[in-house]
Amino acid sequence: MMAENGKDEAAASDGESADGSASLTVERRDSNLLRRMEICVAEAEKRSGKNAISMQETFTVYLIETRPADAAAEGRVQPPESVWRRYSEFELLRAYLILTYPFYVVPPLPEKRAEFVWHKLSADNMDPDFVERRRIGLENFLLHVASHPGLSNDKILSHFLTEENCWKEAVYETGFQDKADSRMRAFGATFRVRSPQKCFIDMKQYSEELQCHTSQLLRARARVADRVYAVYKVHGNYGRVFSEWSGVEKVMGDGLQSAGHHMDSYAASIEEILEEEEHYADQLKEYLCYAEALRAVCRKHELTQFELETASQDLISKKQQRDELATGMVRTFSFKGVTNKLFGQEAPEQREARLSMLDELIADAEDSVRAKAAECEEHVQKAWADILRFKEEKDKDLREALLNYAAIQINMCKKGIQVWSNTRESFQKM
Amino acid sequence: MSGHAVPADISGHMLDLDEDDDLDVFSKNTCLTDEGPVPNSPSSMVNQYRLEDDEEQQDANAKDLFISVDDPESHITAIETYIMYRVVTKTTRSDFDSSEFEVRRRYQDFLWLRSKLEESHPTLIVHPLPEKFVMKGMVERFNDDFIETRRKALQRFLSRISEHPVLSHSQHFKVFLTAQDLAPHKKQGSGFLSRMGETMRAVANSVRGVKDRPEEFEVLQDYVENFSSKISSVDKVTQRIIKEQREYLDELRQYSSTYAQWAGSEENLSEPLKGVASCAERCCKETEERIQHLSEVLVPALHEYVLCAETLKAVMRRRDNIQAEFEAKSDALASRRSDLDALQDEVDELADRMDKSNSALHVDWSRWRNAMRTDLKAAFTSTAEKNVEYYEKCLAVWESFLVSQRGESISQRD
Repeated sequence: MMAENGKDEAAASDGESADGSASLTVERRDSNLLRRMEICVAEAEKRSGKNAISMQETFTVYLIETRPADAAAEGRVQPPESVWRRYSEFELLRAYLILTYPFYVVPPLPEKRAEFVWHKLSADNMDPDFVERRRIGLENFLLHVASHPGLSNDKILSHFLTEENCWKEAVYETGFQDKADSRMRAFGATFRVRSPQKCFIDMKQYSEELQCHTSQLLRARARVADRVYAVYKVHGNYGRVFSEWSGVEKVMGDGLQSAGHHMDSYAASIEEILEEEEHYADQLKEYLCYAEALRAVCRKHELTQFELETASQDLISKKQQRDELATGMVRTFSFKGVTNKLFGQEAPEQREARLSMLDELIADAEDSVRAKAAECEEHVQKAWADILRFKEEKDKDLREALLNYAAIQINMCKKGIQVWSNTRESFQKM
Repeated sequence: MSGHAVPADISGHMLDLDEDDDLDVFSKNTCLTDEGPVPNSPSSMVNQYRLEDDEEQQDANAKDLFISVDDPESHITAIETYIMYRVVTKTTRSDFDSSEFEVRRRYQDFLWLRSKLEESHPTLIVHPLPEKFVMKGMVERFNDDFIETRRKALQRFLSRISEHPVLSHSQHFKVFLTAQDLAPHKKQGSGFLSRMGETMRAVANSVRGVKDRPEEFEVLQDYVENFSSKISSVDKVTQRIIKEQREYLDELRQYSSTYAQWAGSEENLSEPLKGVASCAERCCKETEERIQHLSEVLVPALHEYVLCAETLKAVMRRRDNIQAEFEAKSDALASRRSDLDALQDEVDELADRMDKSNSALHVDWSRWRNAMRTDLKAAFTSTAEKNVEYYEKCLAVWESFLVSQRGESISQRD
């Protein structure tokens, strides 16, 4: 189990993961879905239909295409299988995965609503740029899930990818929602765990810091985007004024006119640059969501540990009760002890009955503790392995994202140099 | 001055001071005081001005007056606080008693000089002074930046005057540069009454209006209005850009620090995060310089020409007044029977004056236009250059970050 994660980080091409539209075939050692099939989210389409309360609504559906991987390898051209899914179905899939595999850091979905929006950016879910970025995000989600050693073999997942019909029913049939209760408890409860594993406590702390830092960064970035947009756009005013002014000047006219044009194109150039930056923001948002998933896994550990401790405590107290009953020595305060003293000991038959009942309860409690301990152990093993895998992936992905950001800045600078060099030439012609 | 008896007809001899008497030929000829004997005929004037077509060439070769303004010193009295600037003049001109002069002047003195120059040469374009009061955004009058900005503008003003073929030979100018104590000179010259007389005449004339502006000046009037509106717009846009850049700078600083903070809780990612933080920090510094350059180079240049536009409007008005006066007298002549000789003389004088004013403006206008083009071209080019530099520096910063990271990843794989 522990060895898996090391091998799983394959020599997957750097930078390819950023390009969402091409389908990705990645060599992964372990048996993963992606080894067997190519997956991509090819298109998005608007649909209209009636929703749960019979009202007309417009929504977007996304086309998932899958193809057996060996087809491409063998040179066969095979039409892909295609399935249309909407965002809410992706959400359902993820909820299922989270509840069914609470020890895995489940990859995140792209955001439900546009957040960290800087004011010119559209917050409209139907906006084509938003839909496109969401398409990429959904594809990334599927690729991550399909290449996850623990998640990729899930039946519900393959059903989701290949068979449009009856999928929802199949999900609900798994009864995954029953686990939702304990999940809710995990999030809401403030319980004290006596001996949690320190590594999980530290990791939970880290996940909170990661959430905090990524969201601060996203907020600050949006504010900067706002400002830089304003700076570029105001230069567009130069364009207008120079143009008007050039009409009045004889000698200076040409120079002013062409300078004005360059200022116009400078002002227009910011839109594309900021759109590119949105993709960088998406990469950060992914890890904002990942941080939450990580935190959930840590909390789940605390919960299972707590439940184990509670079950153990329960077993101990039952055993104590039985001891006291058997030996007649009252070591602990009990109501029975008091009534015994007051009204005398009970009859031997009653005592026997109670003893055997307690024995049964103890047996149950022992089973319970065993089960809990096994659950705990399983969680610790699997979760920690996955957390280490996640860490490596996070370091790699975020590093790529930062380099990507630098590339965007470089592109912006190059464009700036060009425009202002041209402008300088125009002025020199004045 | 107030001691003199004031003739009833104040249109007479008030400005007859002839400060310009002992100056060289050019200035005497072009001394266009409001009223006063004008010795030469218009035609010889024109000849003189034709010579001045090569003025730029001449100026470049023959710059014989170098002026600097520096060393601002605070003076505090019971009633006021003001700044005195040191004005140093170096010259090879023969009509100056010495080759070097040093005097102390305050802003009011500059105002005096300029108003004298405008009075003597109503249709010449006299370079504007920096504004009297503080502009928006400045904290106080004696703020260091403000003083420095003003000092530079004052120096520019004197420098422009010294380069002007006509104005540089003004007696007032000489007195300004050389007299240790300006006070006695300030008391001479046209007083309140003559100025009031001028104003009254100007008002009367503007009410009457000009009948027919020569085409050249119609064009000029149009241009001045357009130029004024455009240069003001450019000035406003520039101020707005500075404001937006400042706000961008603030946000960028915050942004950079969020990367640094995040680096604190990471291991492998710590280094690239710190790298990005420092790149952003460096870009902040470059942005600061970009803003500073705008404030120090483009804004003052634009501002000067906004003021020039006002000067041009005033010059056009005065020219119009001169024409209006002539027209008024001409009309009077046409309708009068008696005293024709006297009127005729007056009309001739006014005609002469008008022609000279127009010629003076004509020449000075083309001179001004060249200066404006040169100045603004320089300011705009410098701004564009600075922006190129800004992006080049930022590019270098990000590229070196990328190289260092990629280099690392390559060595990691090895």
